[in-house]
Amino acid sequence: MTVPLLSVRDLRTYFYTSAGVARAVDGVSFDIARGETLGLVGESGCGKSVTGFSILRLIQPPGRIEAGSRISLDGEDLLALSEDRIRRIRGNRVSLIFQEPMTALNPVFTVGDQIAEVARIHAGASRRDAWAKAIEMLTLVGIPDPADRAREYPHQLSGGMRQRVLIAMALVMNPALIIADEPTTALDVTIQAQILELLTDLQQRFGASILMITHDLGVIAEVASRVVVMYAGEVVEEAPVRELFASAHHPYTEGLLTAMPRVGRARDRLTVIPGTVPPPTAWPAGCRFRDRCPYAWERCASEHPPLYDVGVGHTSRCHLAVEPERRAHPHPPLVATEVGA
Amino acid sequence: MRGSWGAWMVAAAIVALVTLPLLRPPRIRDESAGPWRMIMRRFRQNRGARTALGIVLALYIIAALAPALAPYPPNAQPDPIAMQVLAPSVAHLMGTDLASRDVFSRVLHGARVSLAIGLLAVLLSITVGTIYGAAAGFIGGKTDAVMMRIIDALLSIPRILLLIMVTALWGQLSILLLVVLIGMTGWFGVSRVVRAEVMAVSAREFVISARSLGASRLRVLSRHVLPNVLSPVIVAATLGIGNVIILETGLSFLGLGVQPPQPSWGSIIQDGAQQVSAHWWISVFPGLAIVTTVMAFNAVGEGLRDALDPR
Repeated sequence: MTVPLLSVRDLRTYFYTSAGVARAVDGVSFDIARGETLGLVGESGCGKSVTGFSILRLIQPPGRIEAGSRISLDGEDLLALSEDRIRRIRGNRVSLIFQEPMTALNPVFTVGDQIAEVARIHAGASRRDAWAKAIEMLTLVGIPDPADRAREYPHQLSGGMRQRVLIAMALVMNPALIIADEPTTALDVTIQAQILELLTDLQQRFGASILMITHDLGVIAEVASRVVVMYAGEVVEEAPVRELFASAHHPYTEGLLTAMPRVGRARDRLTVIPGTVPPPTAWPAGCRFRDRCPYAWERCASEHPPLYDVGVGHTSRCHLAVEPERRAHPHPPLVATEVGA
Repeated sequence: MRGSWGAWMVAAAIVALVTLPLLRPPRIRDESAGPWRMIMRRFRQNRGARTALGIVLALYIIAALAPALAPYPPNAQPDPIAMQVLAPSVAHLMGTDLASRDVFSRVLHGARVSLAIGLLAVLLSITVGTIYGAAAGFIGGKTDAVMMRIIDALLSIPRILLLIMVTALWGQLSILLLVVLIGMTGWFGVSRVVRAEVMAVSAREFVISARSLGASRLRVLSRHVLPNVLSPVIVAATLGIGNVIILETGLSFLGLGVQPPQPSWGSIIQDGAQQVSAHWWISVFPGLAIVTTVMAFNAVGEGLRDALDPR
């Protein structure tokens, strides 16, 4: 087996708040191969964004990456690097694309300035060369009249254009890995499709790997080759994208898939997974999805499920892997009966 | 302030350079979109603030030209007996005081003192306050906590009492020393504002974005944080000048600020304070000068606040 580009092992990122220790990311492991797009899915608060930020060590106090976590890029241990060395990796070999294209750009500088800044930081480019690079990048991400647009301020551009600018900033140094944190969530549906197309197109041209963080399985279906599903700070299922959509194993993934609205499936109401993610300061013992799960039984309360192998490259953190017959007898989940709904 | 012609010309020129672009009436078709341009455009559209800024500029020009405009030397006592407390007339627009000095000439020269102290002391406190507040807010953690407790302690001492104590201990005060004293006691509030803004801006996404792209801490602070905290600093500075002028007047009135016979608005009011009902002109004219100046600065400050933060 070849060495993966990025390897995350047993990542734990905890936040030490007055309400207790929030174990936002609690033992996450996955690999990303060169040129691959890995989807990281889960609902708000499951720790997927914190995972992305942890890779670049952008976690601020009171948050902390715990000892024992390992993140390596091309075999280099990112968690052991000095602040100065990790700074040279950010925006250079690994870059981050943000969710909100309005707030991720500095309102007092032109977009050209902000793209040029990346070239100045990492390539030590002169003012003139950096500006030329900025215009080149704007052309690359499909912005018309790039030389004029470079002189405009973020508030003068549309949401889709701003997202293109962010992508341009992330790609200046031709990074090996792009972490895209919900890059299309804030955009209109038509613009979403354009941005995803642009990302995959650029990926094919430059051979970068992408970690696509999203809550939207539709986005995953479109761009990813493999999917990691997170719930309550843990990986609950990992599978190739086709297999996940065809035969999801974990009841949480199952719930996500049925909750996805689809054309041609007429229904009065959207199905939802009952209940919410428990607070990260108090993950329940045993299976963390137990209260919301239609199959949960005694074992789920007493024994924290490990990641079981359930297929080729397919793992699931659910005891159904060893007691599959229980899937035949669903019942209303605990939260539903408690609330009386 | 003899021999300060050159310095005053420079000061007035700087004030003119800063204010003139803002005094121009708004153009109908002005579509420049840079943040500073937009602020200037909003300010120009505010007629009241523009008028006030015009008054401020006029005051600085008058102060710069005071020796040329004043009909008499400010400290000349032509005839302390015969020309004492003359009512305002064509020869003495604002009358004369108890020592037969021309009040108009003294008020003009007093403008130099008040405006110089106002501008310089505020520049000093803004600079110190911004550096201190930005450091506290950006470093954060324990350093921040300690730095802010120090500010709390300093803010708990009434400023005027602190100044009275220090000036009383010092005895003879030069203008420069007065500027330093007022400036160094005026930055605590500024540093609090700057710290709060730095913390708020540091949590904004574009700052995290800049870090994620590999910007160093220094670059993040100077390029991404500070330019976005300038607006409250500018407003605080403009409003602060009015406060400092009042403070200086108060100190001089108490005999602790500018030393006689040098004229300052506060000390001229003091000259006439014993007999306001009989010889009202000695105190009323410098009083009017103070009111006009402070109101003008406050109106400019409010105009700037509206232009910088159009919510």
